[in-house]
Amino acid sequence: MVALISPWFGSLLPGLFLPTASLPPFSLLTVSLPTVFLPAVSMPASALPSVHLALDLGAVLLLALGLKGLSKVRTARSANGLAAVAIAVAVAGLLLEQGVAGWPWMLLGLLAGGGLGALVAYRVPMTSMPEVVALFNGCGGMASLLVALGAAALPAGLDLLGQLSVLASVLVGGVTFSGSLVAMAKLQEWLATPPWMLRPQRHAVNIGLVLVALAAGAALPLGLLTPAPALVVITVASLLLGIGLTLPIGGADMPVVISLLNSYSGVAAAAAGFVVGSQLLVVAGAMVGAAGLILTQVMCTGMNRSLTSVLFGGALGAAAAPVGEGGSGEDPGYSRITSCSAEECALALEAAERVVFVPGYGLAVAQAQHSLKELARLLESAGIQVAYGIHPVAGRMPGHMNVLLAEADVPYEQLIEMETINPDFPRTDVVIVLGANDVVNPQAKNDPSSPLYGMPVLEVDQARSVFVVKRSLGAGYSGVRNGLFELPQTSMVFGDAKAVLQQLTAELRSLGVGKVAVAAG
Amino acid sequence: MNGPLSEALWVLLLGSLLGFELIGKVPPTLHTPLMSGANAISGITLLAALALIGQAASPGLRLLGAVALGFALFNVVGGFLVTDRMLAMFRRRAG
Repeated sequence: MVALISPWFGSLLPGLFLPTASLPPFSLLTVSLPTVFLPAVSMPASALPSVHLALDLGAVLLLALGLKGLSKVRTARSANGLAAVAIAVAVAGLLLEQGVAGWPWMLLGLLAGGGLGALVAYRVPMTSMPEVVALFNGCGGMASLLVALGAAALPAGLDLLGQLSVLASVLVGGVTFSGSLVAMAKLQEWLATPPWMLRPQRHAVNIGLVLVALAAGAALPLGLLTPAPALVVITVASLLLGIGLTLPIGGADMPVVISLLNSYSGVAAAAAGFVVGSQLLVVAGAMVGAAGLILTQVMCTGMNRSLTSVLFGGALGAAAAPVGEGGSGEDPGYSRITSCSAEECALALEAAERVVFVPGYGLAVAQAQHSLKELARLLESAGIQVAYGIHPVAGRMPGHMNVLLAEADVPYEQLIEMETINPDFPRTDVVIVLGANDVVNPQAKNDPSSPLYGMPVLEVDQARSVFVVKRSLGAGYSGVRNGLFELPQTSMVFGDAKAVLQQLTAELRSLGVGKVAVAAG
Repeated sequence: MNGPLSEALWVLLLGSLLGFELIGKVPPTLHTPLMSGANAISGITLLAALALIGQAASPGLRLLGAVALGFALFNVVGGFLVTDRMLAMFRRRAG
């Protein structure tokens, strides 16, 4: 086994682990220096490295194909499998060459991490998907951080480049970890933005944390600090930085933040690749980092936010703390609100020819997807045309609503994207807005003073009548008031989305909707 | 500097360009699954954790490697499975 480690070590880590005489010994834990850790300069005679290389190249190819395929609906699922296979191939290649020295520890990590991951992946409700992605992402960042710390503690020590890689890996990994956990907590609404976090001084604090981490990093090669305290300082600073960067950002912008942190975790993996001298890690990390950045940009465009305003602008809107859909925050200043009962809404539905549902996160929170599906089916059986208007950022993350409705078996063809459905609103009789708020706010189009101004929205105000199902007049996720509620054609139906939908279905049934169609058909 | 460094920097550059190219036009429907899938890939740092376990001479370092491996595998296994769960729904409704 020892013979297997050495050639791998030699072929992949040259230059990175070369102990430089002028540097202090780089070790966290006191370990004696076995000769096996001295880098072997000559290429090993064994054929294993070339097998390993072939497997690594194959893995990169599969990863690239997987990432490519994930961006198309038709191929996405198999592409995901492809990427998983790629990781397995890479692991096989590494173990083939390195051997399985320390296998009990590997098994331990496999069972604990893999088991928990599988458990979480199968147990989590689809509504909590963004939080879970954030959690997984944070753990990836933590893994890169720990690996870098471990590599620093290897008795062989690190040269200047190795130390810089460790610094980068720890810094980015730490920010990814704590930032992702904060993002998760904010999405779960476990955590709100404390007002002091919004003071402009926070930027100075964050910059200060970066400087502290960099200073500790620089102190290492200069020999001003021994490795252990330096690494502790860098780790703590990076973890605090992740919190400092993420906590002031409002809940509505969290998807963008998660996407960006996802990009960071790729960067952290690439940095870890530099630390251990694995080009596969570097290339995979770089791909994810770049792809994550593009995705972040696409999301920002969808929400009409610039990345800088998301990152440094603080929470959107006047209300700093994000208020959940139907939250307790009573927004004053609404006048001319018309509210109506489910019966009136049912009468309007009965007379309609074309109905569009606009689902939002509130629908998902109320677990009302299935009730919605039932109502839609009833309307269709009466010959009423039904469609769903899906805003690009409906739900808590782009594409989240599609997943939620797909889970409730809503037909794919009825989910219509914003650009396609907007021209159809003028010929729509009834629009029912379910737990959506900001994405139907007409001020985004016509009120330059609104913080939402410029964000593309579903133009439901063009429809003949609009019913907004909402628990209260509380502000939306962004904390901005919604002019749609005051329009003459708008009626508010107050109540829990699921309960209202069930009432509507019952009312329509008692009106004979559906029965007639069955008799006729 | 030396060969391995410049090689690794080339790999970094080309890998980034590849990532930029691969995610060209993504329909909003796929943003969440794509993010989740890419996120699972970033757990590839598990390789580094395995290497650490393989090379560590002390139980302390091996434990550190095992913990890193656990975090990475949590990301990889959970990420791929949850992505698959999401995409399975698209498949069913498209069919």
